[in-house]
Amino acid sequence: MSLVLALTAGALFAAGTYLLLQRLLTRIVVGLGLIAHGANLLLLGAAGRPGAAPIITEGGAAYSDPLPQALVLTAIVITFGVTAFLLALAWRSWALTRSDAVEDDLEDRRIARLGRSGG
Amino acid sequence: MAIFPSTHATLGAPATAGRRALHLRAGRAVTLGLLLAAPFATAMVLLAVPGRARKTAAALALLPLVGFTAWAVASAGPLLSGGEITLALPWIPDLGVALDLRLDALGLLLALVATGIGSLVVVYSAAYLPAGIHLPRFMAYLVAFAGGMVGVAAADNLFGLFVFWEITTVASYLLIGFSDDKGSARAAALQAVLTTSAGGLAMLAGCVLLSRQAGTATLSAILAAPPSGAATTAALALILLGAFTKSAQVPFHGWLPAAMAAPTPASAYLHSATMVKAGVFLLARLHPGFGSDPIWAPVITTVGLATMVLGAWRALRQTDLKLLLAFGTVSQLGFMTALLGLGLVHAALAVLVGHALYKSALFLVVGTIDRTAGTRDLRVLSGLGRRLPGLLAVAAVAAASKAGLPPLLGWAAKEAAFAEILTVAAWPVVILTVAASALTAAYALRFVWGAFATKAMAPDARPLGAGVLPPAPGLWAPAALLAAASVVLGIAPGWVDRLVQAAAGVPGKLVLWPGWQPALAASGAAVALGAIIHLGRTRAAHLQAAGERLFRSLRFPTADGTYRRSLEGLNRLADATTGTLQHGSLPVYLGVILLATLGLPAAWWLAGGAGMPAPPLAHRPAEVALGLLAAAAAFGAARARHRLTAALFLGAAGYAVGGIFVLYGAPDLALTQLLVETLTVAMFAFVVARLPRRHEEARLPWWRALRVGVALAVGAVVTWAALAVGGGGGGEASAAYLEKAVPEAGGRNVVNVILTDFRALDTLGEITVLVVAAMGVAGLIAGARVASGREEDPR
Repeated sequence: MSLVLALTAGALFAAGTYLLLQRLLTRIVVGLGLIAHGANLLLLGAAGRPGAAPIITEGGAAYSDPLPQALVLTAIVITFGVTAFLLALAWRSWALTRSDAVEDDLEDRRIARLGRSGG
Repeated sequence: MAIFPSTHATLGAPATAGRRALHLRAGRAVTLGLLLAAPFATAMVLLAVPGRARKTAAALALLPLVGFTAWAVASAGPLLSGGEITLALPWIPDLGVALDLRLDALGLLLALVATGIGSLVVVYSAAYLPAGIHLPRFMAYLVAFAGGMVGVAAADNLFGLFVFWEITTVASYLLIGFSDDKGSARAAALQAVLTTSAGGLAMLAGCVLLSRQAGTATLSAILAAPPSGAATTAALALILLGAFTKSAQVPFHGWLPAAMAAPTPASAYLHSATMVKAGVFLLARLHPGFGSDPIWAPVITTVGLATMVLGAWRALRQTDLKLLLAFGTVSQLGFMTALLGLGLVHAALAVLVGHALYKSALFLVVGTIDRTAGTRDLRVLSGLGRRLPGLLAVAAVAAASKAGLPPLLGWAAKEAAFAEILTVAAWPVVILTVAASALTAAYALRFVWGAFATKAMAPDARPLGAGVLPPAPGLWAPAALLAAASVVLGIAPGWVDRLVQAAAGVPGKLVLWPGWQPALAASGAAVALGAIIHLGRTRAAHLQAAGERLFRSLRFPTADGTYRRSLEGLNRLADATTGTLQHGSLPVYLGVILLATLGLPAAWWLAGGAGMPAPPLAHRPAEVALGLLAAAAAFGAARARHRLTAALFLGAAGYAVGGIFVLYGAPDLALTQLLVETLTVAMFAFVVARLPRRHEEARLPWWRALRVGVALAVGAVVTWAALAVGGGGGGEASAAYLEKAVPEAGGRNVVNVILTDFRALDTLGEITVLVVAAMGVAGLIAGARVASGREEDPR
């Protein structure tokens, strides 16, 4: 895997993680998208040295590895589905509560307080 | 579980070379299996019997118990001569788990006690339990419990033994909490099940450890060639925990007095005669293999002696007749345990049989008193003996057996025990035993006196018991039968002696008159001392109260206090753990998951675990530019304050990645990527149009710094992992796809062929995911419209 590809994937993951660790759904969706891009690059890099597009031609020799490409193609489509769903969630959340923030679970917070107060 | 497994009944193989090989009919083994299954089947049937069919329920419950008792007596002969009935019932062979049965004399002893006394208790229950109580349900639990006991007695596999052991725990729980509308009964049931199943879990761990040490989980094989060493001792210690909790040994005895919340027949049966004997039985079972283990004698003897003395002391303080008997049971269980610790298996088993007979009789007597007089408080009872002389006679015989008076079985057992103790034990053990026996005699007297005597009452007290009516036969006959057995077997202890000797595997002597010997002096002293304590009971009570005040002032831990504090501590620990681990914040969950996922490879990396070849900078010159573009776009997306800006940056990063796809010879990916990115940005634009433009959030500086830290760590580990893993390609699989695409699938575009032909089913799954997502989106959007009232229902 080339250094540039690895660094690019790392940068996408870093920026994606930064966004993922926030509360607004739109930020989380963007973060998820960036991480998906990074993951796709990793899959692509796993193929090793790139060659010609894996479309069989007479006398063709060095093709790119087709298997990672098939995986990436699947990943792109699934990411699209997930993104669409999360955006719809954000939209509904806004419509209902005028906020698209992921709030803390109230019940969990109550148990946490119970634990701190010692029973 | 294999109900009808490939049964091969092996028979009569003696465990030791010294025993006579016997050839029993194969039918016996199968009969044993069926008789063991019968109680559980009956329990199932009983659960379906309506509550008013009391006679049917009692008859049904009697069937498997009497059946087993009769069969066991009939086939006792060969077993008493060292024979065994074995039946192989495989369950999970790969794990060494089986329900193998192996009934020998020791197992026969416990099984007979369980089913014999069980039959009488069933008869008694039918007369005792009031009409409001669902008798079939009670009988179902009782019979299932009896089945569990027979299973414990006959199991020849450590895990099979554990399964039956826990069946008795569960049945006990159901019976203690039978009056489930009473909070006290529920609490007592919980305490019993928590204590005994905690011990049971320790025992399970011990069984696993032991079976690993021995290389087999078959009990007889382990006992024939017991492993040794530190791990074996640890396993033994864990199994002892199980035995101690089950047999209510100090400091786990607290559950047994609490278990008196059960209906009295259940107390008589489970909590005095049978279940609590399971721990003692297990010790006797293990003794041949592990009696010489370094912890055997000191630990078991100490625990047993402590339990014996403490139980007897507490018994003398009780005013509730049932509690008095319960603490007496604790004490006697301690006696048996101490005997087993000293290796006196014969004496321990003799005491076990004697105790089972008289203690169940006494409990049944208490139940009858409770039913006829309406109380079992000895401070209120007075004059009952005059009204019910028959019941008094039964109680007196049983109590005399308990105190160890001739010519009863309790006497013969105690004489044998004293004689054996005097030959092996040091004088502190002898003194403690005599002291506890004196207390036992004292509380036996106290029981008879408290229940039946005509007492001088305070003038304003309203003594109960003067006007009672004679009880129905079902309420006294079973107890009378048990008391009679104590007499008959005491006068002619030969049969019990044969059984106990065969079960213990060692010679012993159980006789009516052992002759003048030192043991006689010891037991005589104990009985005399007991009588003196009873006669001076007022003074003794003062002395005891003073002693208890002393213990309280020393803040000596009590069993109940320890149980309560452990529960509270457990709750606090659970709250604290849940509060820390599951405190409700999604970002924190994600952060923890990410860091944990990265931690392992990162540790490997920092430890220098990955040597890697120097990677090429880039495979294509343009890669550098596109990579920089993607990284910059990602940075921009992270920094963007407007939602739409962030979405555009995301799209830019996607286009850059698509460019890299082109460079890497992946035109299909590039096409899809460009299309999807465009669609994604469009979707964003559509959604964001309804939302506020900015999507900043209130940020705490340290929280933001933490996020940046986690993000950088993730990026660094991903980069390193990518370089460390390198790119080897799909290897054989990829080569095969390239090779077969044209001849087998008839397509030249290999990526497409993989998706639509070779892995078509996966693609179908992928499409399904998209459909589900689309349905979700449609639902969310349609629902949101209604909820926000933008589309009012026209009607």
